Amino acid sequence: MSPKTLYDKIWDAHLVHEDEDGTSLLYIDRHLVHEVTSPQAFEGLRMAGRKVHAPDKTIAVPDHNVPTTPDRVEGIKNEESRIQLEALDKNATEFGLNYYPVTDIRQGIVHIVGPEQGWTLPGMTVVCGDSHTATHGAFGALAHGIGTSEVEHVLATQTLIQSKSKNMKVEITGKLQPGVTAKDITLAVIGVTGTAGGTGHVIEYTGEAIRSLSMEGRMTVCNMAIEGGARAGLIAPDETTFEYIKGRPHAPKGAQWEQALAWWKTLFSDDDAHWDKVITLKAEDIAPCVTWGTSPEDVLPITGSVPAPESFSGGKVEAAKRALDYMGLEAGTPLSEIEIDTVFIGSCTNGRIEDLRAAAEILKGRKVKDGIRAMVVPGSGLVRAQAEEEGLSEIFEQAGFEWRLAGCSMCLAMNPDQLAPGERCAATSNRNFEGRQGRGGRTHLMSPQMAAAAAVTGRLTDVRDLMAPVAEPA
Amino acid sequence: MEKFEKLTGVAAPLPVINVDTDMIIPKQFLKTIKREGLGVNLFDEMRYDDNGNEVPDFVLNKPQYRNAEILVAGDNFGCGSSREHAPWAIKDFGIRCIIAPSYADIFYNNCFKNGILPIIMPQEEVDALMKDAEKGSNARITVDLETQTVTSSDGEVFKFEMDPFRKHCLLEGLDDIGLTMNRSDEIASFESRAATERPWV
Repeated sequence: MSPKTLYDKIWDAHLVHEDEDGTSLLYIDRHLVHEVTSPQAFEGLRMAGRKVHAPDKTIAVPDHNVPTTPDRVEGIKNEESRIQLEALDKNATEFGLNYYPVTDIRQGIVHIVGPEQGWTLPGMTVVCGDSHTATHGAFGALAHGIGTSEVEHVLATQTLIQSKSKNMKVEITGKLQPGVTAKDITLAVIGVTGTAGGTGHVIEYTGEAIRSLSMEGRMTVCNMAIEGGARAGLIAPDETTFEYIKGRPHAPKGAQWEQALAWWKTLFSDDDAHWDKVITLKAEDIAPCVTWGTSPEDVLPITGSVPAPESFSGGKVEAAKRALDYMGLEAGTPLSEIEIDTVFIGSCTNGRIEDLRAAAEILKGRKVKDGIRAMVVPGSGLVRAQAEEEGLSEIFEQAGFEWRLAGCSMCLAMNPDQLAPGERCAATSNRNFEGRQGRGGRTHLMSPQMAAAAAVTGRLTDVRDLMAPVAEPA
Repeated sequence: MEKFEKLTGVAAPLPVINVDTDMIIPKQFLKTIKREGLGVNLFDEMRYDDNGNEVPDFVLNKPQYRNAEILVAGDNFGCGSSREHAPWAIKDFGIRCIIAPSYADIFYNNCFKNGILPIIMPQEEVDALMKDAEKGSNARITVDLETQTVTSSDGEVFKFEMDPFRKHCLLEGLDDIGLTMNRSDEIASFESRAATERPWV
């Protein structure tokens, strides 16, 4: 048998049909659904008189436009948002889907809820009408975003028409330095590949630095595979993965657990598998990163300065000029001198419990700088409850952060959490596009630790400066 | 789905790389539960100022491009989110064909589901067509899917590559779901096999 990559193995295990030209029908094990990209798909089903093929494999949760303030229990004021949420409610109930409504403590961002509830398992195919479905690749599941027409296709048939992507390996060797996180790995990789570097490929992340990450860190890395243009990101499952899954509500139990484990342990890329593209980074070379522009590839170590557009080539020269103009930045300014107005900690990239712990660690005994608006939005109701139990919410509130309910919040500003024009935000989310966090809003992407440090100083800050042991006064 | 066979029309030049889906249709317009009506908000934040007035310099606001049916754009067009609202807005505006050196994966897929033809061409050829598009409304470009050619306003012919299955579906206006449902026996036999091999799924 010829050697295979992990992607090859999952692909082969889900192939329902393959045409001569390679067009394939792939079986989908888990379909996650949220309120924004699904209404037209359900409407399509109804109009054609079709049913949901596998409601037991379909999980629905509202996240994109739910408000994150406590008053949301009284009802959602924005009429269009309310209609979308009501539509999801109706569709989930009528078609008998697994459903976590706004009032359920398990509600949260779909990519946080799936793994938390044990829906996402190694070797599965997972899709959702959301590009950050890549997150689930952390379990060694083939997971990617789809459009609404494809949502309808999966609802109706539990399959997807696909052609196979190429295999790309991203290896991170060595050990991360203190203050450097999974977020910095994934930003640094995009800095090297560019936002189109992964186009047409499925990335598998490998190497010691990846193996050393927790499941939550691995989810952060895979989450942003899409920002590098890849269809999906994958990390082969190992003991860390199995440990995380065991005992979760929808994880297999008893004899089925043993059977599953036996298969999961075969899910790795063979030694001599073929890679179409390989990129290797040394973990020791990765510093805490921030973005300066309006594309996730516009990333530099915090120790750097805003680049000159002329330092680029091709279409990037104009793009960089446009980005600096939009961001209100001048070439040559040290990144650590950029003052911010707002701090957002949350999103499917960095809204899990370890992210909140890391940010709280920096904020303990410190205050948000005067005049800075800061908010923490846990990724799910369960993350929120856990953080409260651990006393993290108290640390955030004492520092001056707002402590919110679960949702996508300011990552995409489809809900009341938005930036005003010109407002500059240190954000733990995944996209710094023009207008992403609100029309005219300016986004700098970074890790939760870095965002916490920025909240304290009021400017982009090297978190390592706040981690240094404080000298005793003489 | 609407067929795509041949189109002759005005091409609007948008020489910007990494045009993302937030640019194509900002999130505030994703709250609709319909597919239609998004064209007026296509490129909203570039097309209108803070008071909702048209920005005269933006290409689709210029008189010669208001009826554009083709868009010529830079590398990595459609990057970002999976929102199908992006191709819905493009189509609702009246654009049926995009020409660019490369596309983001999900956006590219979404175009085919909506009768939009996304053409990939080498940078030099896109540059040539961009120049042609800059001539305005008298410079009409012809796109022929059957022969896989783009003909510029002065008669220069460019070939492009296209996946045969996608081409077939676009030419015939085929509905994917109907095609797949013809394979329901194969899906059922996959499911019974999987139920034994991976019962925990």
